Amino acid sequence: MLDVALPLASNLEAARSQMAFTLGFHIILASLGVAFPAMMLIANWIGLKRDDPDALLLARRWSKVVAVTFAVGAVTGTVLSFEFGLLWPAFTGRYGQVFGVLFAIEGIFFFLEAIFVAIYIFGWKRLSPWAHFWSGVPIAITGIGGAFSVVAANSWMNQPQGYTISNGKVTDVDPFKVIFNPAVPYEVPHMILAAYIVTGFLVASVYAVGMLRGRRDRYHRLGMLIPLTLACIVTPIQFAVGDTAARSIADHQPVKFAAMECVQKTDTHVTEYIYGRCTDDGVKGGIGIPGFDSFLVGWSTDTKVTGLDSVPPDDRPPANTMLHWAFDTMVGICTALIALGLWLGIQWWRKRDFPQTPWFLRAVAVSGVAAIVALEAGWIVTEVGRQPWVVYEEMRTADAVTKADGIWVTFTLVLLLYAVLGAATILTLRLMSRRWRGVEVEDDTDVPYGPSAGPELSEATP
Amino acid sequence: MSTADAVAAVLWIGATFYAVFGGADFGAGFWSLVAGGSDRGRRARELIDWVLGPVWEANHVWLIFVLVVLWTGFSEAFGSIFSTLFIPLSLAALGIVLRGAGFAFQHTARREALAQRLFGASSLLTPFFMGTVVGAIASGRVPVGNAEGDAVTSWLNAASLLTGALFVATSAYLSAVFLVSDARRARAPDLETYFERRAFATAAVTGVLAIAGIVVMHSEARYVYDGLTSEGLPFVIVSVLCGVAVMVLLARRATRGTRPLAVAAVVAVVWGWGVAQYPYLLPTELKISDGAAPDPTLVGLLIVFGAAVLVVLPSIALLFTLAQRAMIEETDAPQPQYPAEGNA
Repeated sequence: MLDVALPLASNLEAARSQMAFTLGFHIILASLGVAFPAMMLIANWIGLKRDDPDALLLARRWSKVVAVTFAVGAVTGTVLSFEFGLLWPAFTGRYGQVFGVLFAIEGIFFFLEAIFVAIYIFGWKRLSPWAHFWSGVPIAITGIGGAFSVVAANSWMNQPQGYTISNGKVTDVDPFKVIFNPAVPYEVPHMILAAYIVTGFLVASVYAVGMLRGRRDRYHRLGMLIPLTLACIVTPIQFAVGDTAARSIADHQPVKFAAMECVQKTDTHVTEYIYGRCTDDGVKGGIGIPGFDSFLVGWSTDTKVTGLDSVPPDDRPPANTMLHWAFDTMVGICTALIALGLWLGIQWWRKRDFPQTPWFLRAVAVSGVAAIVALEAGWIVTEVGRQPWVVYEEMRTADAVTKADGIWVTFTLVLLLYAVLGAATILTLRLMSRRWRGVEVEDDTDVPYGPSAGPELSEATP
Repeated sequence: MSTADAVAAVLWIGATFYAVFGGADFGAGFWSLVAGGSDRGRRARELIDWVLGPVWEANHVWLIFVLVVLWTGFSEAFGSIFSTLFIPLSLAALGIVLRGAGFAFQHTARREALAQRLFGASSLLTPFFMGTVVGAIASGRVPVGNAEGDAVTSWLNAASLLTGALFVATSAYLSAVFLVSDARRARAPDLETYFERRAFATAAVTGVLAIAGIVVMHSEARYVYDGLTSEGLPFVIVSVLCGVAVMVLLARRATRGTRPLAVAAVVAVVWGWGVAQYPYLLPTELKISDGAAPDPTLVGLLIVFGAAVLVVLPSIALLFTLAQRAMIEETDAPQPQYPAEGNA
């Protein structure tokens, strides 16, 4: 912990902490924004195709949850766009003209998303059922488009290309090369699939808890099975995509890969360590599988893996043990979630039902939080692993940070505000769920885009 | 007109939309704050709540639009502004977070009065500090570079503070004019009178602040002052005429024309500033042509802007059409929202 606490004295550490915290917060809401509309539409589609009132009720309620998380996500997203200037003016001041077009594209997707969220939420009663369903489809598509734009910008920071610099000034840009940089093919799908995994297991876990508490009706069953099935299908795909990503990183950013796997010296027959403490003379503790790291990189134990010693200490990512643990935790949780999916799949194949033991429901109940942990761990691997660079091997994070004073103040404020924001979001969602449990007829007082029913003006007081 | 000028114009279009829609929105928050105790201010707040909700998200997007176009098209200016003006921009962002949170949870907050206070106070924070930022830029206090300007005096000076106050007053004025029409639509003559009085009062305050601003700019922001009194003068005159016309119409209780004219008054000021400052991004430090991104990026931005016009506008039209035809309403007695009337 000492290496985390000590550098907290500088502007750089304050800025990094604030960025990490606000991004780590937003990434959960963004994931819900990307994937939740798809689950909602699946429920809607099932409801219409099979004339299933339970599925329709789920879709209707999920649309209200989407409205709340979308509104909160819009706020935390705006904070991030301020932080591009407030925290990293030298980075955006130089490279904004290179990667910025991606955010302009994202802006269109966000605008469209906001419009169709409004149409879908308020279209439940008056639009014809199928017209209403189709009005929701753009939400799912724009969510993916927005995720592409933002993650492509992050990919560009990892694999910068498509620009010319002379005397510290960007003199030419090739937007096509910026948008389709080499990290896009693995980073973008990895994040979009992660959004579906997090949302799927998180939503399923809510209904699994409900079933554990005895609410074992058809409504809860569907509420768990729709998102759970989707997440269980996506998770093995994610494992393959993640495996490709790791191998590509070993090729594109070998030092990042070395830090993820705690490879100190460039060598062949490199041992794969599961957990353990990273030190200059190798991994202490942990479970070692001789030669396996080399095998994973190049399908042969003879594969040479670049070590951290290939670059000077100043060019290596910090907090090596944390990075390694984050990577192992992400892979570990993904593996466990695949096992959960197999459990469901095998049982379904044999008995046409999900496993009836409470242990299955308990496993689903924790899967949501586990998926969020994996998401955050993966984000740590990407971001900390890129350090000390903000633009890989082009600009150091230390050179990107603002020279303005007061980041410690804003970081403290952000911690407080976001604690309240997070608590309020969870309280609001709980309140909604409690109301739903109590009433048969839907009321619509709890969505942020409140129905414009005309002002409920009280009598004028003379 | 160069590509860089075209992108600067796009930036200004975004800023104009934010000034009008965001301004009206912030102004409504201001009126909610000053409406008085929970009983006395209840009716005014009910009207405000009604008009605010559905358009909030769209207004929010304009700010993000401005930020992204600025950092993509004019990266150096963006970095310079955000590092020197770290304090007021952090406070403006704080206002946005508080307001957004208040909006997201308005219907579920247990202590509604507290939520309303917070919402109202945050509606003051953002326009005021955005105003100090504009004042700092106009008065040439933002040098090029990473936090090269003074962290405090760059925005804590007469020109910036006056601009901040002017932004708050303009928002309140614009919003009061809008709320008069909204009150008429809600068939609440008492609120019509209520906001008419306030529209008059804020018009007077805005006028006084504008005159004071011009006096201060004469000494502190000479470049922009000279621009406003030469190339920008027609815009200033249009703004004054529109402002006066709104007052006349309100006094005669006219049912039409007040909102477009009030909007025109604000638009004229925004473009007057732009023309006065041209060709500088940061007077007299950085010119548009010197601070602009390479051409492929600027062309990319213009393409994206064109795509936005082609894709987003029809979608907004669809949203407003559905709203007007009561296709996306939950209740039986729908009322159109103000941007849906098409005269804003």
